[in-house]
Amino acid sequence: MAHITAGLTTSHVPAIGVAIDQGKEQSDYWAPVFAGYEWTKKWVAEERPDVIILVYNDHASAFSLEMIPTFAIGCANEYPIADEGFGPRPVPAVVGHPGLACHLAQSLILDEFDMTVINKMDVDHGLTVPLSLVYGKPEAWPVRVIPLAVNVVQYPPPTGERCYKLGQAIRRAVESYEEDLNVQVWGTGGMSHQLQGPRAGLINQEFDNEFLDNMIDNTAQLRRISHLEYLRESGSEGIELVMWLIMRGAMGENVRELHRFYHVPASNTAVGHLVVEPT
Amino acid sequence: MVDNAEFDDIPGTTVFTAERSHQGFHLNQFCMSLMKPENRKRFKANERAYLDEWPMTQAQKQAVLDRDYNAMMANGGNIYFLAKIFATDGISFQTAAASMTGMTEQEYAAMMLAGGRSPEGVRSIKEGR
Repeated sequence: MAHITAGLTTSHVPAIGVAIDQGKEQSDYWAPVFAGYEWTKKWVAEERPDVIILVYNDHASAFSLEMIPTFAIGCANEYPIADEGFGPRPVPAVVGHPGLACHLAQSLILDEFDMTVINKMDVDHGLTVPLSLVYGKPEAWPVRVIPLAVNVVQYPPPTGERCYKLGQAIRRAVESYEEDLNVQVWGTGGMSHQLQGPRAGLINQEFDNEFLDNMIDNTAQLRRISHLEYLRESGSEGIELVMWLIMRGAMGENVRELHRFYHVPASNTAVGHLVVEPT
Repeated sequence: MVDNAEFDDIPGTTVFTAERSHQGFHLNQFCMSLMKPENRKRFKANERAYLDEWPMTQAQKQAVLDRDYNAMMANGGNIYFLAKIFATDGISFQTAAASMTGMTEQEYAAMMLAGGRSPEGVRSIKEGR
């Protein structure tokens, strides 16, 4: 049987991808960011997951305004790297796991989560920056990835409560898949940041650190945060944090914290990173 | 009826609702066209002519030509779509964000290094917090 063995959250700031691609990991500005992922790199090399269900948001790369799916799941064999306006990132194409992905799509829809199914899609920094942070610069990604895209671009995004429940449904679906697979769920984006308007640059360290605390043992609190509260407290793009709740819902009731990291700033953003395992 | 008035109570922030998405559809689709290198080349060669191929309003076109990101958002632009313009210009997200705040690039970078903009006083206009 397939099993969810661990969960991970991380910010997916595009400038981190640029720093990696340009070899600036050891610069004064970037070294403190990458230091926070050293533990995780060693951990993942030992854990060797077969598949990552990677929850992220597309940033106007695969989805234009022609269609805006709230939850979408990738069932393709492979995902090319998107050109976001400055050429594609020089990273390997992302290899999917159509078997588990199709099972997930079917199970989730029958479990009353109306997923959009994607059979062809380019993936942008939202998906590739987390892979780069954890796996570095391999010739090929040593893991298969199922992209799970969440709309956080056009209001309203799904609520935190809905995201948490989707995570619970993902757990049920994975555990009903026959192949013996080590599956991780990653929730990406956040933490506090605002990229637009005269209020750009907003960072709320108090909000972020409380969020990190509550990810471990007080999800009831996190599930109640309204869109308005995210906007006020964590900036207009802080709403990405609802995607962390999909990961958290997939872990079950209780988790153990294995690793935690927080750093300000990376470009316009507060970087937060957690690794947990279900207990 | 969905009430979005609360969003307008957050200072210096434009929330991208379905109405704004409708208003900015062609502006944002133009931005997305810049994901192709041949389109970036044509846009940079003659911005006005390239913009005139799109059924955008005059205000939207002028905001693009002026690289006035606040004006683009006021006319329905979304920051993730607008990012294709500054990527085409070879400008970082931080530099583009700074341009929307009225701060210089250096002042903005220094604010971020010092921990970013505090939420104190910029949560709500009517509540003054």
